Amino acid sequence: MTRVVLLGPQRLQPTMRDVVRSLRPRGRIAVITAGWQEYETEIEELDQHMGGRAVNLELYRRADRVFRQDPELAIAHRERQGRLRQIRRLYNLRLRHAIRAAQELVRREDESVLVAEEGDAAVRAVRLIDEEHLVRVSEIHAAFEAQWLPRERDAVRRERRLVEELLSGVSAFAVAGGHVAILLNRLRLFDFPEMIRNRPVIAWSAGAMVLGERVVLFHDKPPQGAGNAEALENGLAVYRDVLPFPHARRRLMLDDPIRVRCMARRFAPLLCVPLNEGDRIDLTHGSLESPAGVMSLSEAGNIEPAGAA
Amino acid sequence: MNPVASHRGDQLAIGALLENGPPSPADVDRFLSKHTIPIVEGTHCTFLYRGEADAVRLRHFIFGLPSTQPFHRIPHTDLWYQIIEIPTNSRVEYKLEVIAGGEGHWIEDPLNPLRARDPFGANSVCHGTGYEVPEWTIPDPDARSGTLEEIRIRSGAFHRDCGVTMYLPARFRKTRRYPLLVVHDGNDYLEYSGLKTVLDNLIHRLEVADLIVALTTPRERLLEYADHEAHARFICEELVPRLESRYPLIGKPRARGLMGASFGGVASLSTAVRYPDMYGRLLLQSGSFAFTDIGPHPRGPVFDPVVQFMNNYREDPTRIADKVFVSCGTYESLIYENRSIVPILQSTGMDVKYVEARDGHNWENWRDRLREGLSWLFPGPLWMIYE
Repeated sequence: MTRVVLLGPQRLQPTMRDVVRSLRPRGRIAVITAGWQEYETEIEELDQHMGGRAVNLELYRRADRVFRQDPELAIAHRERQGRLRQIRRLYNLRLRHAIRAAQELVRREDESVLVAEEGDAAVRAVRLIDEEHLVRVSEIHAAFEAQWLPRERDAVRRERRLVEELLSGVSAFAVAGGHVAILLNRLRLFDFPEMIRNRPVIAWSAGAMVLGERVVLFHDKPPQGAGNAEALENGLAVYRDVLPFPHARRRLMLDDPIRVRCMARRFAPLLCVPLNEGDRIDLTHGSLESPAGVMSLSEAGNIEPAGAA
Repeated sequence: MNPVASHRGDQLAIGALLENGPPSPADVDRFLSKHTIPIVEGTHCTFLYRGEADAVRLRHFIFGLPSTQPFHRIPHTDLWYQIIEIPTNSRVEYKLEVIAGGEGHWIEDPLNPLRARDPFGANSVCHGTGYEVPEWTIPDPDARSGTLEEIRIRSGAFHRDCGVTMYLPARFRKTRRYPLLVVHDGNDYLEYSGLKTVLDNLIHRLEVADLIVALTTPRERLLEYADHEAHARFICEELVPRLESRYPLIGKPRARGLMGASFGGVASLSTAVRYPDMYGRLLLQSGSFAFTDIGPHPRGPVFDPVVQFMNNYREDPTRIADKVFVSCGTYESLIYENRSIVPILQSTGMDVKYVEARDGHNWENWRDRLREGLSWLFPGPLWMIYE
């Protein structure tokens, strides 16, 4: 697997320059900003941090062009997304009650062995709901791929060839954040894992989320709703072991030990890692060879160096 | 009220000051410099005034309590106080009435720097235990700033040019499509509720969708906002169509909203009733939804058209939007009217969210409810975007 560097959010505290310096890529850096949607091409600042070596792959614009040229695929894609939205609503309905029960029992698990066992069972129930949801989503994607063979379609192949030309002098990739589902769909459509070919990847925010094994949406304090984290779908698995939480300080209640504990147990064995401004995690060969220095949400309910327990 | 102790028996600060008899001027100086005025201790709030006067009164805007509360003068001093109970999470606006030489003057509390401004001037503000100014109302240097621009719309309904202030979200692009929110008393919302800061912050946090907001200002407010045909025609047949041809708006009911407070709430509701297929979202704050079940109403002739409109709507409520957010302060005289309109709106099948707060009929109450209202009516991509 390839080398991956996960970074904290870059907008207010960019660390890209240092990372690029440390990776010393010989060629240019392919930039994917599809998550920025209409703002995809506005990469001047990013390019500066990369020493003027950025090549924008413009996957958002390319996907738009594909859908315009291949209306059949566009309709099928829209229908798939509609089905995914529907399933997501139902999943959230199940999740709402299961998470409330798990949090309540985990909060009380010091009371007795009996309550602790029920707490474990309640967390397992949440994990089961996640897993069932991910299976359903994977089935929908598999059926879509089998029926429509998106990568075999002329419009996609044409864009893919153009991308390949851009990649000839590229020795690293940078995947920015933005809209996580749109980014994931574009990367999947153009087969990003195949594109990499052992070249290092730098990713942050939504970019970091989609390249892992599982994409989890989260916000503990939304203005509406309970703020239950949800598994969106499987990621591209360019790296393993780690589940990143960008903007964790802002989006998670890290001082609530019950929420932290539930989160860590729910997603284990993946390591729940906050990715705040200035953070950097190196995944040599796409996995966490040594957790030393990596802070993670612990089953004890706090943030501590990975492996401390 | 006993100045020495609260109901729980804890000694209040003013009680401690009086414990050893009348305090000296130096004691009073020390006392005032040591405390934030008014002194909030649990649910007890001690208001203070220092100066020569014949009488001092607290003039607060809490409907439900006598609006005048006389201060007590501490013998042999020029220090006056009054203690009232304020429930937790309350926010109270008030003035002091100082009577000297037979004349009374309403003044802002000279010992309290907290102020809330409104079109009539300013009031002093008391934050009860638990109340905090929401951090999303404070300018955030990280939030990208939207822009304001002035446009003029020729109105046949009003036979005049109407100025409208347009809010365009940060990173506005003509290639995108945006929802539209039309705000009554828009400039007052900007001025007294910090609406631009609120929009910038909530959009930056992805809690509210990128919105285009039209901030309208009436010329004769009490006339135009009281179920006025010309006003509704201006908004729906002149303003919105012009905006939809000029700006990249989605142009569908689910992406159009009306918002207003007090009489502006009536204007929003009555406009939507007159054009029932046009708006999918309503944000009604402390609406002046006066009505009568029988007999005349006591609110004066300016309310006549409002009462007539509300009585008609209550008699035959119709579905006029998909989602309606209603808020009201529990210290407002309009709390009864607002509470009672909720089931009527719901009876038409509309999705209604109703929120109360321990506050009065004022712009900061309306400001404090905007996050909940706007994020419900125009939810942002919070769950999907990780920048």
